Amino acid sequence: MGVGIEVTNLNAWYGSNHTLQDINLNIPANHATALIGPSGCGKSTFVRCLNRMHETNPIARVTGSVRMGDIDIYEDVKPVEIRRRVGMVFQRPNPFPTMSIYDNVAAGLKLNGYTNHKSLDEIVEKSLKNSALWEEVKDDLKKKSGASLSGGQQQRLCIARALAVDPEVLLMDEPASALDPVSTSKIEDLIFQLKSQYTIVIVTHNMQQAARVAEKTGFFLNGRMVEFDSTHKIFTNPSDKRTEDYITGRFG
Amino acid sequence: MATDFPIRTRIRYFTDQAATVTAVLFTALVILPLVAIFIYLLLMGASSLNLDFFIRVPKPVGESGGGMANAIVGSATLLAVASVIGVPMGIGGGIYLAEFGRGTKLANAIRFTADVLNGIPSIVMGITAYSLIVMPQGHFSAFAGGVALGIMMIPTICRTTEEMLLMVPHVVREAALGLGVPNWRAVLSITVRTASPGIITGCMLAFARVAGETAPLLFTALGNSFWSTSLNEPIAALPLQIFVYATSPFDDWHRLAWAGALVLIVLIVLAVSLVRYVTSRGVLKGAS
Repeated sequence: MGVGIEVTNLNAWYGSNHTLQDINLNIPANHATALIGPSGCGKSTFVRCLNRMHETNPIARVTGSVRMGDIDIYEDVKPVEIRRRVGMVFQRPNPFPTMSIYDNVAAGLKLNGYTNHKSLDEIVEKSLKNSALWEEVKDDLKKKSGASLSGGQQQRLCIARALAVDPEVLLMDEPASALDPVSTSKIEDLIFQLKSQYTIVIVTHNMQQAARVAEKTGFFLNGRMVEFDSTHKIFTNPSDKRTEDYITGRFG
Repeated sequence: MATDFPIRTRIRYFTDQAATVTAVLFTALVILPLVAIFIYLLLMGASSLNLDFFIRVPKPVGESGGGMANAIVGSATLLAVASVIGVPMGIGGGIYLAEFGRGTKLANAIRFTADVLNGIPSIVMGITAYSLIVMPQGHFSAFAGGVALGIMMIPTICRTTEEMLLMVPHVVREAALGLGVPNWRAVLSITVRTASPGIITGCMLAFARVAGETAPLLFTALGNSFWSTSLNEPIAALPLQIFVYATSPFDDWHRLAWAGALVLIVLIVLAVSLVRYVTSRGVLKGAS
């Protein structure tokens, strides 16, 4: 099951560039939360702070606190532990090119030393079914490379790979921006199904997408969070002028 | 018909043709030396190849016949020793340069050293191994020859490994880290594995290069007219044997030297192909 995320006074830097300033928000458990805003506003940096990927860049720095359930991910645990509990799907599909479809899905478990083959089979099947890819690949699991699939299939493979380690939170950084409309709607359907089991945070440039999949939406601008509310409110009656300007297409 | 096209289209057509012809021409120029050498070796050496060549040791001066069996086995032994030293050190160094030491002073120093080492004449490697191993031990040995060749392999392998690792897309590394895989594990199981075809090519290049080296062996392996498989004694090697036979005054030996050169080049091609075949099995459909 998913957990809620409580972000308090989060600040992030790349070198001297202050990319996130005083972010405070509560992301509800087992719902989809969308983050919108123009390019470079800090949305991606924000989700990368939620699984401590931000700090893999040597010049990056973070302050503030992020609580998931009852742990503070910057105080109580190591980065590798939190990344096992928080799955991430990236903008460009990035399957491991030398691995089979099966090994791609099993990678998170295998590389962390999990070797029970029988239950690996089950986990791989379950994850591929959850990501709606099973029917398309079940005959080629160990024969084909993850890189041989189409872009949309690769992205669903990456979702299966993230689900296989049984995370509580799923971060998606523009998961459909490199995909065609058919693949995009498959991914959206998937998010709709997955949010009953996982807390989902999705960054998107596509406002219709945010409106379709998310209960809550946050609007970011210039490294600050301008407004965070129910998706319906953000898109019909935003309280901040800048949010209204953005969603009506006056800038960005 | 090209003549029906307007003038600019025709110019474009001819430019295209000219560029293609030039490219084909230069490709042929690149392949030509290899083909020429191989044909010449076949002409000069193939007639001296017989079963004796592969199963007999050299005959004493004045007797005809004999073979290079000991030199073939000797070369294989030397290259095995060299690979055991050169491949792990080269790959390990390359991994350090690309993954763990990126941007550090130590890494820059290592990279510079490897580049300089690459440019050092091979005979200097021989003298180094001579003073480090042969002098203290008091005798020439296959081991010393293997060390000299192994050191020569390190810079090529190290730098190719580094470059191949840097070519692995950043998103692939991030995918591994995003799964909660520790950094060292992500490097070994994901990045190195993704780059492995290129790393293997680097190893093969280094291998093929030192397989034909004569100079570093003069002071180390020395050469041997008799059977020896001991690492602790002087050992024969194809390049050494070719050198001795080619500089001798006997026509019979000259012919054997040609045959030896032919066998050396064929064996290198075979070894490289074998490694490629073995490592390409298990590569999946569509893997890039």
